[in-house]
Amino acid sequence: MNKTGFENFTRGIVKENPIFVMLLGMCPTLGVTTSALNGLGMGAATLFVLLLSNCAISLVKNLIPNQVRIPCFIVIAATFVTVVDLLMSAYLPTLHAALGIFIPLIVVNCLILGRAEAFASKNNVFQSALDALGMGLGFTIALTLLGLVREILGSGSAFGFSFVQEGAETMLMFIMPPGAFLALAGLIVVFNQLRGTDK
Amino acid sequence: MSKPMKSTAFTMTCALVLVAVFSALILSSVYQLTKEPIQKAKNLRELEAIRDVVYGDFANNPFEERHQISLAHGREKVDLFPARDENGKITSVAIKTYSKNGFGGKIEMMLGLTVDGTINKYKIIDQKETPGLGTKITESRFSDQFHGMNPGKQVFKVKQDGGEIDAVTAATISSRAVVDAIKRGYKALNKLSKGNKHE
Repeated sequence: MNKTGFENFTRGIVKENPIFVMLLGMCPTLGVTTSALNGLGMGAATLFVLLLSNCAISLVKNLIPNQVRIPCFIVIAATFVTVVDLLMSAYLPTLHAALGIFIPLIVVNCLILGRAEAFASKNNVFQSALDALGMGLGFTIALTLLGLVREILGSGSAFGFSFVQEGAETMLMFIMPPGAFLALAGLIVVFNQLRGTDK
Repeated sequence: MSKPMKSTAFTMTCALVLVAVFSALILSSVYQLTKEPIQKAKNLRELEAIRDVVYGDFANNPFEERHQISLAHGREKVDLFPARDENGKITSVAIKTYSKNGFGGKIEMMLGLTVDGTINKYKIIDQKETPGLGTKITESRFSDQFHGMNPGKQVFKVKQDGGEIDAVTAATISSRAVVDAIKRGYKALNKLSKGNKHE
């Protein structure tokens, strides 16, 4: 792997992490991360769709006139999301039951359109795939972390394994929408400290 | 790198039409391909839910004896599946009932009742409640309290409404919806048993 390829892959995980640095796709981020597993599932599904749509868009980029590129990109992304949704409900019904409501949300995730616009429409298939993998992984890691923090504080469990007594008082607020903002803000502080702000 | 196509009325129309046609082709073929497996997985899930909620084992195939019962002058329809023992006697029934009053819309459940209407248990088949809050209606900590209750003999309401049922903390609306769905199932059972007496 040459240097630019490696950079395209790692950029999404740390330097331009879609959640912690770019603050992209906040709606699913804040909405579904009530538990670590939900975050992981949403992240994995998004990674898959992002990979497919980035590859497809970088393949057809020269055939699409500039002024109608956004509707075309959205239709391509929506097609892949629906395909994933149908395939999953047919062959992985248990996973689909757990993720069902999150899948259609991927269409409106601006991470998909953002990467299509900023990267896949200007680069070749291989680089676009690397970019999608990096961004998708960064997104998945961020969502899982956020879900984990909220689950530990709000439900007293991690990945579904409870470590408090049944009926114990937990910080319920972290499961509710305001808690999503607080947890995200806290994580961004920690992430930026670790990364070292490059001003 | 070659430049994207020029944006003229003709190329734009062509690009949009082509993208739409390709998407439609892909979607319709995936839909056809997955239609049967999805239906099969759904049936299997329902049969499992029936097995889960009725008392003991059954000798018949409740799925083949489906009764559709209309309530509220035909505006509401629920499915009822009788479970019979080896002698053909109905031991209990599973009712696929629903409530439209969930916090996130419709809640569907499989409800197991004895012939006199005492609740064995229920299993939520489909719900769109708030993850981490309303989704607790699927957990045994909430659902176990219904075992042995009878909607015809008790004040079948949540405590906030003057009844005997403990609602999920911060999810009273979801809890009310569960009560509503159970009542609907109970009504269907009553209607069927009344109908049988007239025969």
